[in-house]
Amino acid sequence: MRFSALIPPVSIEARRFLPSRWDALAAILVLGFIVLFADASQILLEPLAKLTSTPISLSPSSLPEYALRTSLRMLIALAVSLTFTFTYATWAAKSPRAGSLLIPLLDILQSVPILGFISITVVFFMSLAPGRVFGAELAAVFAIFTSQAWNMAFSFYQSLRTVPSELTEAGKLFGLNGWARFWRIDAPFAMPSLIWNMMMSMSGGWFFVVASEAISVGHTTVTLPGIGSYIALAIAERNLSAIFWAIGAMLIVILIYDQLLFRPLVAWADRFRFDQEQGDGRPQSWALTMFRRSRLLAAATAPFSSFMSWTYRLAPPKPILTAGPGMAVSQRAADFVWYAILGAIGAVALWKIASFAGPISVADILRVLGLGLITMVRVLLLIALASVIWTPIGIYVGMRPSLARIIQPIAQFLAAFPANLLFPVAVSAIVTFQLNPDVWLSPLMVLGTQWYILFNVIAGASVLPHELRDASTNFQVRGWLWWRKVALPGVFPFYVTGAITASGGSWNAAIVAEVATWGTHTLRAHGLGAFIADATTAGNFHRIVLGIAAMSFLVTVINRLFWRPLYWYAERKFRLG
Amino acid sequence: MESEMLLDVRDVGRSFPRAGGSELLVLEDVNLTLHDCEIVGLLGRSGSGKSTLLRIISGLSPPSRGSVNYMGHAVDGPASGIAMVFQSFALFPWLTVLENVQLGLEALGLPPKEIRARALSAIDLIGLDGYESAYPRELSGGMRQRVGFARALVVHPNILLMDEPFSALDVLTAENLRTDFLDLWGEGRLPIKGVILVTHNIEEAVLMCDRVLLFSTNPGRVVTEIKIDLRRPRDRQDPAFISVVDRIYAEMTARRADRVAQRKERFPGSGIGTQLPRVSANLIAGLIEAVAASPYDGKADLPDLAADLQLEVDELFPVAETLQMLRLAELEGGDIKLTHMGKLFAEKDLNGRKEIFSRALVSYVALAAHIRRILDERRSHTAPKSRFLDELEDFMAAEAAEETLRAVISWGRFGELFAYDDETAMFSLDNPR
Repeated sequence: MRFSALIPPVSIEARRFLPSRWDALAAILVLGFIVLFADASQILLEPLAKLTSTPISLSPSSLPEYALRTSLRMLIALAVSLTFTFTYATWAAKSPRAGSLLIPLLDILQSVPILGFISITVVFFMSLAPGRVFGAELAAVFAIFTSQAWNMAFSFYQSLRTVPSELTEAGKLFGLNGWARFWRIDAPFAMPSLIWNMMMSMSGGWFFVVASEAISVGHTTVTLPGIGSYIALAIAERNLSAIFWAIGAMLIVILIYDQLLFRPLVAWADRFRFDQEQGDGRPQSWALTMFRRSRLLAAATAPFSSFMSWTYRLAPPKPILTAGPGMAVSQRAADFVWYAILGAIGAVALWKIASFAGPISVADILRVLGLGLITMVRVLLLIALASVIWTPIGIYVGMRPSLARIIQPIAQFLAAFPANLLFPVAVSAIVTFQLNPDVWLSPLMVLGTQWYILFNVIAGASVLPHELRDASTNFQVRGWLWWRKVALPGVFPFYVTGAITASGGSWNAAIVAEVATWGTHTLRAHGLGAFIADATTAGNFHRIVLGIAAMSFLVTVINRLFWRPLYWYAERKFRLG
Repeated sequence: MESEMLLDVRDVGRSFPRAGGSELLVLEDVNLTLHDCEIVGLLGRSGSGKSTLLRIISGLSPPSRGSVNYMGHAVDGPASGIAMVFQSFALFPWLTVLENVQLGLEALGLPPKEIRARALSAIDLIGLDGYESAYPRELSGGMRQRVGFARALVVHPNILLMDEPFSALDVLTAENLRTDFLDLWGEGRLPIKGVILVTHNIEEAVLMCDRVLLFSTNPGRVVTEIKIDLRRPRDRQDPAFISVVDRIYAEMTARRADRVAQRKERFPGSGIGTQLPRVSANLIAGLIEAVAASPYDGKADLPDLAADLQLEVDELFPVAETLQMLRLAELEGGDIKLTHMGKLFAEKDLNGRKEIFSRALVSYVALAAHIRRILDERRSHTAPKSRFLDELEDFMAAEAAEETLRAVISWGRFGELFAYDDETAMFSLDNPR
């Protein structure tokens, strides 16, 4: 793994921190969209109540099938996310007019808590295929999609914006049309960072696929055959051994994904790296070597690549020089139409939100914001705690290459492992020892996300140049002085990247961590996550939307006012080379 | 007159463990002394272990054999009194110039007032006034290395170690910094007693040093010591200066020629294990053309040629030796002379050159011939890279084996002796001649 590719999977795109008009419009559109879903779901909820849920078996022998179904959902969502990335991000990058809205939109979408969102979409999608599992499958795939797509689109957009102009110009001179240029120049250039983001997306995705398989909205319970439902049933039956079986199955699934999908992809994408020096740490993959040497695979992909080259020749390229006198006028007219449409949509969304918000009082809003602050304090405290623990350990490991080679893949693996599978184990302990849920449920929020801090810090420490370490040894810089002046500043940009990722994940995890069940026991901590989870169980759509809006708001504010400035400060002051 | 001895390095050797349990010898039986008011140069090509020796002297890494004695004490860790200037400056990007310079003093635990006063005076001495609050990234390479010097000098070390301090700078900046350093040294304004300078630039060594130790490669060993008595400040145009430079060149080529001949006898017929330098076919062709053209007409003096082509010893020697290995040229007493085949190569067009090159490869580079023979023998006419890598690793370290194979792949491609696909890591005979 090349660590130079480490970038946080949330928006740090713009250096600006204050909201613009576009941000406001984007926020209104996203909220309006959620309201639209919720409104439709509210009406559709009743007829769906009699959906027969598929019975789940706790026998370990059915786990392979469940694991397969879970990972298939994941794969389908990944394909959808890729399609979204290629279209949405390309549109945003190629059309400045669209980009000015699409990018703030992505930024807001990133902060929407997916787990709160699922409850709304599940009802909507099920109404598309009433009484059948298909609708619920769609909803699950949609939930995973929303956990994966945004940061992939962001990375692709950023790459498209930074394609060296001489490459694009060379493409034009050789007469490639836009379609060919996209696949021969833009997409390959963006590939390494896109694949890195896909990996990060998958890491987060496992969490949501597990959470989205067993959902109860009001009286409707949806259980899709999969590891998530298996776990849900095991929790209801207080069956610890079944939970360990599920954890084992998940470990194997992630391992297979890593070996057969991502390692080959990362090794393959190495050829698209634009800097042409050959590093010694080139990523390796046995699977990729196997694929490359396989004649069968070469024969199978040959028709596809000749089809692609055929499409490149379909449309003649546009002449390079196309500036005419009439352009400016039509440009202005198009601008006018575009802004008018946006204004109309924004107005409709605003009206929709206003009419939906009718039963919500100011007191409700204040209460929700108060709960949000509690959750925020929890997230920040836990991130701080995880930082204090993992930063020194990460530095220690990263400075020892032989140790880092062993620990690094484990940390990355732990980050990918859906921590919600481990919740029941912790919850059963809290129930047994009768601990305070407000305190002891909190660590669950960072259970899965703390590893991002660890593996980013390891990466940072291991790329600290040897000469710098020699210099500090030569000048006998030791002890606290060494930590303060050498080690901590050296890993700081990497740490910030890890902390941003961890913080984003922890907000989402709050929804499943602040309310936990073990058999008939339900533990509840105070916070916004518990509020959303309770509203979902009760099927109260006004409260769900209120909770989601509050959480999105808080996450956006923290990103803008804290993480983004911190990221750019780290980039400016501490980045090596 | 016997001056005080600052440093005494005795019988130092260093080896690194290798996969498979054997050891890679990097330094062997090195003896070195440094006296008061002396600049000693360690001159050799990359891979001669001179940087390793510097790290051992500074206490950054321990020797496998022998001892290092600094002013009567054995060195067994970073010693205060020995400070280092690094090739790539090694400045902390998050500290300002002043903070970088202060770092070493803070480590000594001095009172803040003294730290500041000493740092400011070092910054003043080295000509960095006004840059105290700048960050390294805002400075040019020359200014950055001045910070490197200030940081080393501020701790008032007895010995200053310099690891190719000027090689990352452009020619003008390097000369400017060298002159400033020598002026301060000559005026006795530097708070140091002795200097050890690692370099691969012969002129730099002659310009700066009182003594130069020449290192051989694989393993690094001191082959000869040359005393330089020229009066300071020294002049590159001075005939005496030029004659010292020429003498060192001759010394270095002679050593290589000896060693190549020696190795032949030691391993009769088994040349597969010879380590090959990564020299591109373009450089090979370029050097042949340069030597064949006037004013050299087939025979050139290496220092002249290096100056003409603006190449450093490190870059020129591997190319020249590759030509010698391929029997396209001969090296003798600091001269390079094209052979009959070398002259023919210069006259031919691209295809003719490829043919000559390919024949030379098969005849004189055992590894290339070996790969071709294996490919010819196999029915599929393919072979994985790992097969040859394993063979090579019986003779050399893993990185050296990789380098050697990369070199032979690049030559094989130019000579169209065999093809290689990097993605599948397979050799083949696709489109060979």
